[in-house]
Order: sequence, then C-alpha cells, then structure tokens
Amino acid sequence: MEDLKAPSIDYAAVAPILILFGAACLGVVVEAFVPRRARHAVQLTLALLATLAGLVVVITQASTRVTTAVGALAIDGPAVFLQGAILVLALVSLLLMGERKLEPGGAFVPQAAITVGSEADERQAARAPGLTEVYPISLFAIAGMLLFVAANDLLTMFIALEVFSLPLYLLCALARRRRLLSQEAALKYFLLGSYASAFFLFGVALVYGFVGAVDLASIHTAAAESDRDPLLLYAGLALLSIGLLFKTAAVPFHVWTPDVYQGAPTPVTAFMAACTKVAAFGALLRVLYVGFNGLSWDFTPILGVVAVLTMIIGAVLAVTQTDIKRLLAYSSIANAGYLLVGVLASGERGLASTMFYLVAYGFSVLAAFAVVTLVRDADGEAGHLSRWAGLGRRSPLIAGLFTFILLAFAGIPLTSGFISKFAVFAAAMEGGQTWLVIAGVISSIVLAFPYLRVVVMMWLSDPSDATPTVSVPGVLTTAALAIGVAMTLLLGVAPSLLLDLTTGAAEFVQ
Amino acid sequence: MEGYLGSYATLGLLLLAGVLFFTAAFGANRVLRPSAPADPFGKREPYECGLDPVGGDWAQAQIRYYVYAYLYVLFAVESVFLFPWAVVFDRPGFGVTTVVEMAVFVAVLALGILYAWRKNVLRWS
Repeated sequence: MEDLKAPSIDYAAVAPILILFGAACLGVVVEAFVPRRARHAVQLTLALLATLAGLVVVITQASTRVTTAVGALAIDGPAVFLQGAILVLALVSLLLMGERKLEPGGAFVPQAAITVGSEADERQAARAPGLTEVYPISLFAIAGMLLFVAANDLLTMFIALEVFSLPLYLLCALARRRRLLSQEAALKYFLLGSYASAFFLFGVALVYGFVGAVDLASIHTAAAESDRDPLLLYAGLALLSIGLLFKTAAVPFHVWTPDVYQGAPTPVTAFMAACTKVAAFGALLRVLYVGFNGLSWDFTPILGVVAVLTMIIGAVLAVTQTDIKRLLAYSSIANAGYLLVGVLASGERGLASTMFYLVAYGFSVLAAFAVVTLVRDADGEAGHLSRWAGLGRRSPLIAGLFTFILLAFAGIPLTSGFISKFAVFAAAMEGGQTWLVIAGVISSIVLAFPYLRVVVMMWLSDPSDATPTVSVPGVLTTAALAIGVAMTLLLGVAPSLLLDLTTGAAEFVQ
Repeated sequence: MEGYLGSYATLGLLLLAGVLFFTAAFGANRVLRPSAPADPFGKREPYECGLDPVGGDWAQAQIRYYVYAYLYVLFAVESVFLFPWAVVFDRPGFGVTTVVEMAVFVAVLALGILYAWRKNVLRWS
C-alpha cells in the first residue's frame, strides 16, 4: 500500500476560518455549562472577541496570496479583503443582536418551540430573556461565509454555502414579536434556499461532466482548451449561477427577499443584508472571474439581462411598498443589480468597484436597520410607513441620521452611495457595457423616489397620535448606528482609503 | 447575424416562434370550442371518480421524537465514518495525524450530544 500524504494546509492563512468555527463550538459548550444569568454576557463577549480575533488575523494575512488544502481554498487578495469585510460587518451586526435595552430580553424569542399565542408564550413574551444560542449560530454562519469567499473548488463552495445558509434559516425564525410571520419567513427561506442549493449542486455535476474536475483552475483550462461540445459547460454555469444569484437576491430569484427581510428579527435582517450579500457576491466573482472568465463573451448578455431586470424591478417595486423593512428589502434587490453591473464590468476595475460597493452598502444598510429597531411602539417595531410621518419633529436626531442614510442609498454626492455607484458605472463603461450603465442610471432615478418619499414624510408631515416614540438606544445599538453612519460619510468624503485597498486586492490567484 | 448579440438571433427567433405558436393554438381553441361548458354533479369535486376521501388530512406526531431523530443522525453519521477508518488507521502511512483528525471529528459530534444532555432533552418527562 502506498503511503498516504496528509494534505498540507497553510494554517496561518486559514486561521480566521478556524478561529470562528472554534469559537462557535465553544459557544455551544458555554450554552451547556454557563449559568443562565451570565450566559448572554459571556456569549456576546465570546462572539465579539472571536470576530475581532479573526479580523486581526485577516489583517496580518493581508499580503498572503496562496492556494492551500490541495487547492480547495484560495487565500488571495479578494478572499482576504472580503473576509475582512464580512468580519467587520458581522461585528456591527453582533452589536445589534446583543442589544437588550430596547426590549426586555432582546430581539429574540426565549423558547422557539413554544406554541405561538399559548399562555406559556404570553408569559415568555413579557419577561423571559431571549435565546443566547443566536451567538454560536451566527458564528457558524460567519465562519461559513469566510469559507465561501475563499472556496476554490465547487464542492468546497457548496459545503460552505450550506454551512452559512442553515444557521441563517434558523436565525430567521427567532423573532420575539410577530412570531408567526417570522416562522413563515424562515420556512420560505429554507424551502427556496434548499431549492437553490439543489440547482447549484446540479450545476456542479454538469460542470464535472464536462471538465472531469471541480476546481476552478481546471475548469478554466478545460473551457479554453477542450474541443468538445460546450453545451454541458454552459448548462452547468447556468445552474451554478441560479444557485448563487438566489443568495444575492437577483431578479427572478428574489421573491423570498421581502418576506424574509420583513419576518426575520431586524438585527438578523441587517446581518443578512450586509454579510450574506458580501459572501454571495464574493463567490459569484470567483466563479465568474477565475473558473469561467474564458466564457465572459457568452454569459455577459444573459447576466446583463438579469442585472437590468434586477435594477428595474427592484426599483419599481420599492416605490409601491408601505412597510419600511419591505422597502429596504426591495432596495437591497435593486442594489444587487448595481453590484451585478460591477461584476459584469470584468477586469480589475470591475472587481475593485464591486468590492468597494459591497463594503459601502453593508455599512449603510446596517445603520438603516439599526434605525428601524429604534422606532417602536407598544407592539414592537412600527414598520408601516404611515407611522413614520412626522418623526422629524419628534426626534430630529434619529430622523436626521435616517435621512442621511436614505440619501446615501439614493446616491447623493458626499455619501458612500454616490462613490460606489459611480465606481461600478465607471468600471462598466470602461468594460464596454454601456447598456447596463444606462439601465442603472434610469433605475437609480426611480429608486430615489421611495427614499425621498420617506424623507418628506418624516420632515414635512405633522406628527399624529400614531407616531411612535423613538426608544433611547443602548450602548450597543448606538455604537452600531454610529459606525454605520460614520463609515457612510467617511467613504463618501475620503473614498480613496478603501479604494486603494480594493485596487490592491483585486487579483485572484488560480 | 453579426456583432456581439448576433449569435443570440436564433434564440430570439425560437422565443418568437414559441410565443406565436402558443397564441395561435390557444386562439384557435378559443374560437372553435363551444362556450357552454357542462356542469354535471360532481364536476368540481377533487376526485371525479373513486371513493370519497374519508377523515381529515391532519395526522399528529409527537414533536419530542425530533430530538431522537437528531441524536440518531449524530450517532449514525459518526459510525458511517468511523467503521472504514477503524479498518485502516493502524496501517503504515496513516499515523498519528489520522487519529487526531478522527478525534476532532468525533469531538465536534460529541459537542452536540453534550449540548442535548445539558439541555435535558435526554430525559423523557
């Protein structure tokens, strides 16, 4: 029998992933052994420390450009940058999840298995502290995302996809208020998500049928050199794209987004809107830029149509929304379209601008959902837009911050939203995709309307009795909101700080 | 048939032909068919023939079984990997690394059992 060789793993390069997985396992032990009273503090501290430690290691790895674990993982510029982005955004989302001042017990249900509306449910809704399992679950999700953006073969990518999706399905079901809506959202997300995963897996099978391997470098070579009929490869790429576009919430795979964003606990929605987007686009970039870049002539028109549909439909449907979380969900769909424009711009500019957009959008959307958690009445968050009328008179500070974020979403200069849109459109022009830019500009004009409507409503209407109070935020939400707003402003006035980073990181290794 | 989108012309034609065929077929259908559909007894039942369904469609299962299903999966997955490993781990070339790797794998699964035990789900009250 020949000697087996253990695969050599560059432990320093994969350390962030290992730290997060280790901390998640430790979180399970904490859940089992630490007394109930101390659990929340311990879990939150553990989760924050682990994310911070991961971030520090990512920063020390900033110049690493290797493939490791027999080519299954590529720790290169985009991977390190996106891992850093995921960790920073996750850190802010964890702050939102940890908030317990706004509502006694926090945003999460104490016992998810108790029947909704029963006596026991009413008792637990009043006082009991929320589940602390959310922290280990989130850590598993974050670890999965770190793995996802570094995955260099399709099977590793699939496993990472499941590792970060399953915790997200669970997190969606754990809202303290409106529990049925939350459970419905989780079920929808789970069913549609598994469906999309199946598409991805079929795609992997077809690509393997053509190439005879699943790693992206072999796919790249086979796509360029093989003289067989490429139908199998095209079909495989189409199915892979469906799986990935589902996670990025691109039209026509977006239908889950509004329901899930509305039903999930708001901190989890923020986490999904910021981090899941980074992870999904990271993987899409890698698949298209490393594995299938030889086919860009073939897939660009089709994905271009998807991008145009995503921008237009996201923007038009955002106009008709009456619930703030649904509005933000449709805006997130439209933003997926702008990101796709960056992806299709191809080349270094495209890659760099997409990565910049992901980070800038992540911070703004976290701040937006932080504000959503603050505007509440006796029944929890006041989601309906009519309730936001006159908020500017009641609490000018919060309304002012929210106005700033909405203007950033609308792409007004001096905000990160302007710079990031400008960057992707400029990259697309350079890549010769003028039609995408035209659709992008038209849809941004449409999309500005719902944002400005909310702004007008907050400042120019008189407050009525139905206008909810803005709760005094605790330290954690204040920090999250401050970071989100500050970064939106900073990336708007001094974008070169991050643009230099993305440009330096914009090269994949094979 | 030239230019960037030229090769998609065939696909466009196919889509157009599909739409035309669909419209023509359904249009002809609509023009030709009688517009007085019969409505005999039982037309709108779920099953037009056969036995009527009896009883409700709601069967309850004790929710507590799900814990046992989970724990079973924990053990089953563990043994699926443990058996082939047990046959080969002392052969030359495998060494300490193999043992450590399996220990990590089992430890992660054991974490699940530990959690279940501390959460009192192993006790059937």
